[in-house]
Amino acid sequence: MINHSKRRVLAAFAVATAGALVFAGCSGEAPEASEDGPVTLTITANAITGGKNAAEADWIADWVVPEFEAAMKKDGKDVTVEFEPQGVDDENYKTKIALDLQSGEGADIIGMDGIWVGEFAEAGYIKPLAEVGGDSVDAWEGWEQIPEAVQQALSFDDERYGVPQGADGRVLYYNKDLFEQAGLPADWQPESWDDVLDAARDLKKIDGVTPIQLNAGTAMGEATTMQGLLPLLVGTGEQVYEDGKWVGDTDGLNDVLDLYKTIYVDEGLGDAVLQQEAAGRDTSFQMFAANQIGILLEGDYFWRSVINPEEGVGTAPMANRDDVVGYTKIPAMKSGSGIDDQDFVSMSGGTGRVLNPNSEHPELAWELLAFMNSADAYEARNAGTLAITPRTDVNDEMLADDPMLTYVSEEVLPITAYRPPLAAYPQISTALQQATLDVVSGTSVADAASTYADAAKDIVGDDAVSGG
Amino acid sequence: MTTSTTTPAGSAIAPRRRRADDVAGLGTVRAGIFVAPALILIGIFLLFPAVWTIWLGMTDYRLTGLQAASPEFVGLDNYVEALTDPSFWNSLWLTLIFVLFSGIIGQTLIGFGLAWSVRNIDGWTKGLIEGLVLAAWVIPASVASFLWLVLLDRRSGTINGLLGTEGTAWLIDHPMQSIIIFNIWVGTAFSMQLFSSALNAVPPSQIESAKMVGATGWQQLRDVIVPNIKGHILTNTLLITLWTFNTFTPYLVTAGGPNGKTEILSVYIYETAIPGGQLGLGAAISLIMLLINLVIALAYVRVSKGRKKR
Repeated sequence: MINHSKRRVLAAFAVATAGALVFAGCSGEAPEASEDGPVTLTITANAITGGKNAAEADWIADWVVPEFEAAMKKDGKDVTVEFEPQGVDDENYKTKIALDLQSGEGADIIGMDGIWVGEFAEAGYIKPLAEVGGDSVDAWEGWEQIPEAVQQALSFDDERYGVPQGADGRVLYYNKDLFEQAGLPADWQPESWDDVLDAARDLKKIDGVTPIQLNAGTAMGEATTMQGLLPLLVGTGEQVYEDGKWVGDTDGLNDVLDLYKTIYVDEGLGDAVLQQEAAGRDTSFQMFAANQIGILLEGDYFWRSVINPEEGVGTAPMANRDDVVGYTKIPAMKSGSGIDDQDFVSMSGGTGRVLNPNSEHPELAWELLAFMNSADAYEARNAGTLAITPRTDVNDEMLADDPMLTYVSEEVLPITAYRPPLAAYPQISTALQQATLDVVSGTSVADAASTYADAAKDIVGDDAVSGG
Repeated sequence: MTTSTTTPAGSAIAPRRRRADDVAGLGTVRAGIFVAPALILIGIFLLFPAVWTIWLGMTDYRLTGLQAASPEFVGLDNYVEALTDPSFWNSLWLTLIFVLFSGIIGQTLIGFGLAWSVRNIDGWTKGLIEGLVLAAWVIPASVASFLWLVLLDRRSGTINGLLGTEGTAWLIDHPMQSIIIFNIWVGTAFSMQLFSSALNAVPPSQIESAKMVGATGWQQLRDVIVPNIKGHILTNTLLITLWTFNTFTPYLVTAGGPNGKTEILSVYIYETAIPGGQLGLGAAISLIMLLINLVIALAYVRVSKGRKKR
């Protein structure tokens, strides 16, 4: 008797387990989408209150979420918006959203760097906006306000994949107090790399100051390429991708790596160790804010979100930012040696937001995305901290309040260059970062450049790389 | 390793007794149902991922881009690429150094040393020492690595403060040494605990006899203690070797840097597969790593079998 019941229990257990496994296998299926019942939309971005991109996070949590929910309620829709903040390195964030999308999950609206659009689109992780969001996408009023060049940042193969959330540019920041101590002008306008080096040599005389920090190394990821190597490369008249070929072991690249060598190895004008530290970029921010770095190449992000003295906005706030921090255009190697024979150069990128093709409510998600990019939304966003928006109507009205952003918008954006929206770019970028790291940690320029060129050929093929 | 051989003495001579086929009286079908859940679970969580990894290792699958949408079969290309890549061999070499110094020498010897030196102490001192060592073992790895980052920080680190070596970037200048010491700190508690209990099991009579005939501490250790705990030493070394070989925690301290100087195999695979996006290549290296693990395990099994035969 006992034996019998035991067996029954065992059999029941086996059946239950097998059943549970079968059910587990099925639960991935999406439930029927209904637009009338309560709907939850999620937004994710690499922004977090009190940390990275705090102003954006606050704006999403305190303005977008309640305002959109209220607007939906007016239309008789019960919509809840959830914000999933992140506050990590861009590379880690990219990995996270790639894995999310790969497994068919993820937030309905995802913030991403424009340069990832190509590889995500090729992988099928994201789809053209109109394909996901429906007909109302192309009819949106906002497209007329966003210049073509800015839209390009979130486009791939001539299709819009997302809505850009701003434009940016890179400049040289310098500390006017330190410049004064070194006998340099407060209104500094270097016209060649040599001018920058001369200023750095003067700054070196001050005790406890790192004259110049030029992003290098792999630990900083894309920051090395975007706020280091590429603005220099365009200053030699070359581009990372030109006429169907990627930069290889070219004169321009050698010149750029030479500059790295001068700064970090030959003359010790920069702190080479810092470039190898895991948290080097954040440390460089802290040091600049503590008046320990003389010159730093960064984007307007640095002004808005790092040294911004406003409460809870900057990660390394500088109370006297407006008085102490100067900014100037990045000079080409020599006057007129930049791309298009320019005297000054810059690089621009753009972040934006895409729709998740796995969204259960894609049309509502588009409504939310359009709402986030309405003129009202940007005005609310800029009420806290000003940023250059993608919309000309908002920029015309608001940018005048901030001389730095006006400077970027008027002086830098006209001379800037963009990264190619190609899927191979992130791999090329990593190889370039490695080349700077090699030079900074003591390899010769020639070896670093040829190692890079080999890596580039491995990535895109021998024919698609220029130079020797 | 410690599976005791239950065959009674002299079983080699006695005629082998035939085992009953169905001791529990379940019958083949019911027995099959009985083990089915376990087999299904093993299949799903062990076998399938393993086969999947083998397949993945023979494709050019990537995290993003075209190869993510439609990976192509590339045969053994990934293995050729890995085995001809100097950075793979560099990583393997670093792993061996790491296992040798932090695992075998560091954790085992220090663990034994600690167990040996506290064995005769009683009361709160023993509790304190054991507690401190155990604390390092219980603290979550993420917390521990943060503590070490603060300890070794270049600008405001505790070590630099204590030694007066301001500005020394330990994690940049001495990266391997740093993660070796870090790992010793993290893992020594296990060896200490294992050896403590092993030492307790050494018959006191033997130690007493050794003392009576005037054996020094070293002689006692060599001739009485070690022969008694040989099995424990072997088990401990096997576990420590495998754990250290596979550990990922040093990544939290140095992130494989600077310039790959602490890129032990587990970190190398992660860097290749996830941030590097080369999932196919990563899977291939994973399989190579798995094979190395098997070789290590088999080597220990051989050694322990040989020991038992004697």
